[in-house]
Amino acid sequence: MEITASLLLQQLFVGLALGAIYVLVAVGLSLIFGLLGVVNFAHGAFYMLGAYVAVYVYGLTGSFWACLLLVPLAVGLLGLLAERWLIRPLYGRGVDYPLLLTFGLAYVLVDSVRMVWGVQGEAFATPEALRGAVDVGFGVFPLYRLFLIGLCAGLLLALWLFIEKTRLGLIIRAGARDPLVLKVLGIDVGRIWLLIFGLGTALAGLAGLLAAPLRGVNPEMGGSVLIEAFVITVIGGMGSLVGAIVAGLLVGVVVAMTTLFQPEFAELAIFALMAAVLILRPNGLFGKS
Amino acid sequence: MNLLSALTPAATRHRVLLSIAVLALFPLLMPFHALAINILLFGLFGAGYNLTFGYTGKLSFGHAAFYGTGAYGCGILIATHQVPWPVAIAVGMALGGLVALLIGALAIRTRGIYFAMVTLALAQCVYFAAFHATSLTGGDNGLRGVNLPALQLGSWRLDLLQPLNRYYFMLGFVAVAIWVLSRILNSPFGAVLEAIRENEQRARASGFDVERTKLLSFVISGLFCGLAGALSAINLATVGIDMLSYHTSGQVMMVTLLGGMGTFFGPFIGAGTFLAMEHALTAVTERWQLIVGLMFIGLVLFFPKGIWGSLLARIDR
Repeated sequence: MEITASLLLQQLFVGLALGAIYVLVAVGLSLIFGLLGVVNFAHGAFYMLGAYVAVYVYGLTGSFWACLLLVPLAVGLLGLLAERWLIRPLYGRGVDYPLLLTFGLAYVLVDSVRMVWGVQGEAFATPEALRGAVDVGFGVFPLYRLFLIGLCAGLLLALWLFIEKTRLGLIIRAGARDPLVLKVLGIDVGRIWLLIFGLGTALAGLAGLLAAPLRGVNPEMGGSVLIEAFVITVIGGMGSLVGAIVAGLLVGVVVAMTTLFQPEFAELAIFALMAAVLILRPNGLFGKS
Repeated sequence: MNLLSALTPAATRHRVLLSIAVLALFPLLMPFHALAINILLFGLFGAGYNLTFGYTGKLSFGHAAFYGTGAYGCGILIATHQVPWPVAIAVGMALGGLVALLIGALAIRTRGIYFAMVTLALAQCVYFAAFHATSLTGGDNGLRGVNLPALQLGSWRLDLLQPLNRYYFMLGFVAVAIWVLSRILNSPFGAVLEAIRENEQRARASGFDVERTKLLSFVISGLFCGLAGALSAINLATVGIDMLSYHTSGQVMMVTLLGGMGTFFGPFIGAGTFLAMEHALTAVTERWQLIVGLMFIGLVLFFPKGIWGSLLARIDR
């Protein structure tokens, strides 16, 4: 195989699209950790659930756009329930307990999906309007991946505006820094945490839906994504949103490039990257020491 | 209750002897000998894991890497190089410790909750490496032919295909291991581990080298888990790639939590309960993973001390 500049550019683009999915997962994970101090081991399961809800909604409505609206709502709602009834009783009992609980929750979600949809997995076609490829001036790229990157960028912009410019965003930023002060000011921190958990899981569900046309749908799809999201948060710095974005795109590109040159090393490359970051900057690229 | 609480100090003092006695009687009371061996070895794995999780207070998600490399190390030497079994077991154990040293050196640099994520990611790295090294490990098909049918000492021969013989052969190793473990926990080093678990800053302020102590405890834990893996390879005569998967790490965490983290005999109780349930329930339902998940949630919410831990707390009251 000859490596040309255009092939590299194509693969870089594939990596960015993959990275966009990683970013959505990792940003949710990072938001939840940054505010609640909870490492959500069920995050991959919520991602997987997003893809399955998409299969269900698509079967009912036949519309990808309906999925785009309903999947984050449904998965986010489930996230709200999980925070309220399972995670909330554990606050103040140490960081390990929510982690163990969400690990168990992931088992429950994955096996429940197997019970309903079976173990063999489902296909999810690229929506009709987003098939084909377009010429963007410097190369021809698949439309769906362009859409993916654009949607992700739009969502991140909206999230940034929400956190930086709204009153609720101000409360969230304050909560990340010192929840006690918020309580003293008479703000119900529990409601903020509930909201953030719902938002984070909704983003994971959305990422699962967006990944479905590219990577297929099966009950185990969340496991590898969870580990990749962990690697991204470690590289980017725990709780840092900018870190999650930069590291997510970086990991996407690294995976795509190693797949091009040495497919069998694609899985190992990101761990090597993580090890290097840990040696040079134990708190991650954007983490506070 | 009063009688029991009067007896606990004596029981604690002789915990090694008592543990070995219980484990020695166990297969005589339990009709499924193959299951009994699995419980014994998974209990040892749990006891090794407990050193990190229960006694040092570090939640590791990477212990499958030590268990699995121990199993592959021992298995490959016996199956493809016909190395004598004592050497193979020793190498498997050492490999478990070595992998723990490598993973620990990277993971201990990180603080708090990072630790779980980094150990998980690095263990997954070991999994993929073993998965792709097909010529060495057999990859997805696993490694076959780890056969140790009998022990031969001069004219004396012990048939290891007979399950009860195999159990007591394994118990020999487990007995030594829990004796060593008890000595470690009773030593000043063991006290420092618990000090780190209770309050890391205070332990540091008291002049202990917290990082080195944590790394050392991680490596010792890796040696125990490597031994458990090596013995499992001989027990099952095969090594499957799933021994390295993060589900195995989840299982050992479950076993330790179920039995009672930070208790001496808890992991064996946990392994017994967990594997017996698995044995009974997988025969009647396909939803074993669902049950495991619900058990995790239930334990964390309502029963964080586990079976043995709750029992001890009751007696102490």
